[in-house]
Amino acid sequence: MEEKLVFSRPEALVDMPTHYCPGCHHGIIHRLVAEVIDELKVRESTIGVASVGCSILAYDYFNLDMVGALHGRAPAVATGVKRSQPGSVVFTYQGDGDLAAIGTAEIIHAAGRGENITVLFINNAIYGMTGGQMAPTTLGGQRTQTSPAGRDPKLAGNPLRMSEIIAALSGPSYVTRTAVNKPARISQTRKAIKKAFELQLAGHGLGFVEVLSTCPTNWGLSPVEAGQWVDSHMIPYYPLGVFKEVEA
Amino acid sequence: MSDKVLLKGTEACAMGAILAGCRHYFGYPITPQTEIPEYFAKYMPEAGGVFLQAESEIAAISMVYGAAATGRRTMTSSSGPGLSLKQETISTLSAAELPCLIVNVARGGPGLGCIQGAQSDYFQSVKGGGHGDYRLLTLAPNSVQEMMDLSILGFELADKYRNPVLILSDGVIGQMMEPVGIPEAVTFFPEKPWAATGAKGRGKNLINSLYLDAARCEEHNRHLQAKFARIAESELRYEEFDTEDAELVLVAYGISSRIALSVKNRARAEGLKVGLLRPITLWPFPSEALRKLADRVKGLLVVEQSAGQMVEDVRLAVCGRAPVAFHGRPGGVMIQMDDVQAKVRELLAGEA
Amino acid sequence: MARTVFNEDRCKGCGLCIEACPKKILAFAEHRLNHNGYQPVASLRPGECTGCAICARTCPDVVISVYREARSAAEATVQGADL
Repeated sequence: MEEKLVFSRPEALVDMPTHYCPGCHHGIIHRLVAEVIDELKVRESTIGVASVGCSILAYDYFNLDMVGALHGRAPAVATGVKRSQPGSVVFTYQGDGDLAAIGTAEIIHAAGRGENITVLFINNAIYGMTGGQMAPTTLGGQRTQTSPAGRDPKLAGNPLRMSEIIAALSGPSYVTRTAVNKPARISQTRKAIKKAFELQLAGHGLGFVEVLSTCPTNWGLSPVEAGQWVDSHMIPYYPLGVFKEVEA
Repeated sequence: MSDKVLLKGTEACAMGAILAGCRHYFGYPITPQTEIPEYFAKYMPEAGGVFLQAESEIAAISMVYGAAATGRRTMTSSSGPGLSLKQETISTLSAAELPCLIVNVARGGPGLGCIQGAQSDYFQSVKGGGHGDYRLLTLAPNSVQEMMDLSILGFELADKYRNPVLILSDGVIGQMMEPVGIPEAVTFFPEKPWAATGAKGRGKNLINSLYLDAARCEEHNRHLQAKFARIAESELRYEEFDTEDAELVLVAYGISSRIALSVKNRARAEGLKVGLLRPITLWPFPSEALRKLADRVKGLLVVEQSAGQMVEDVRLAVCGRAPVAFHGRPGGVMIQMDDVQAKVRELLAGEA
Repeated sequence: MARTVFNEDRCKGCGLCIEACPKKILAFAEHRLNHNGYQPVASLRPGECTGCAICARTCPDVVISVYREARSAAEATVQGADL
């Protein structure tokens, strides 16, 4: 009987250790993106745009041409890339501080134009790289370094639900929110990422995949507890589901 | 070269860009440069290129960053306040070694200032408007013809050195009309094996400006500084008028250099030994030429449409070898020839 | 028959795979640290592994490779196929 390798590193992911903390979901989501790129056989025509935050070093981890954008500007940079290289597959990989605070104008307008790109939005409700400050997606009552008594909505407002905001625009082809804290959800997230890339390949315009993610280190939880916190705290405020989908 | 065509400065600049092979323009309206995006909106589709009006100056320069990353000739344009918004990305374009053209049709500042032409963005242009040790190759046209010619040259220099190039124009040069000879379209474009175009048949290309390791960041800085030194050595451009026997040399660029040239001509007609040095590149700056002049003249007079910015570089260049006087008007009000002429007479009388 | 191969030095000891394994056959390796000082994960009862690859798909660090016996030459081995 012959033995088959049924799971190993995708070609689109460089064989190197990542700088991510133990249990951080970025590693899972990176791998899913790389698997989809391999499956669609587009690695050699894909250009990724990395953003500023923990995932900035994504430009090292993906085994394909990468462009490092300034904080919040990834959708505008991706617009420039896609408009000058229309045959390529272009994606951005952005955290919540990058996309939902400093880069709000860029994502709203890239989505409004229906730029034919794929946006991976990783929402872990905190600024990870700078050490756990309040993000635009930090939940009411959530303690962070800059909301030590918990986020007070009277002072800081309520967190932004970006998928719902983006889905209200006419430009995007697909808007969904998923999570990767359970095996079945990892599978669903992979399908969502694949759909977004396929819609781009078919020329249908911006696909927006929000993935709820953990930050065990800055949440002060173990990786397993952090996964449970996604269920107990994040999903009630950030419901999973498809918010918009055009007919392919 | 074909027959001359009557063009506005802004139009000549845009037409030059298309002749230089620029097919990707990203911009945002702001007076007095708005005819540039308007020109591209009309003619870029005809040229088979992309015109996109961005949601902000920041987004526009970010789109330029993206297009430049793929190796395309690309540009944006704006005026003072818009240039201030673009500075973070301009620093990053230089750090990531991405070529592009940026045009500033400058207006009076600070703040929102006024919409009339001014030269008070000199510091921002040549002293690092953004963060970090970087340099912008800065070209200062003083005619509509040069708005076109320097636009073409700007793309060539940007590609040659993999660095952004700035055209520092002003609202007067941008808005006035003059006959322009149209050069042939550029047909040679350098290879860009570093560009992010998809890793087909090669290893991955990375466009980036982050070096978490300080030693690598220093190494990258040394590489950039070596390049800036090569630019300073090879790309200095300036012209001198009647400086051989001059006792007083006017120093002016852009619109002020036209006023200064007329004053120089009037002074010569009066028998006064007046010359003019006009920098065409503001960085690199003609420091050596000014130093040589300073050793043999009685003084220099810097003329600027500002409260005095380039005058600081002239003083640094001559380093006390000769007195450096200044005449300028800030805030978008034109310098009057009579006032400069009076200053020239006063300076030469003082010397006598 | 199926087996898992752990690239132990890449393991950060987060334990997500231990939690995810439907057979509950994974655990932190006792009395052993990897070169980064993490306590790596190992299989307690390799013979019970079904090759479902859920551990590998849950791992953020691509530590685990999964091998399975091919029932036929035509059996698909699509990498990263759906669960």
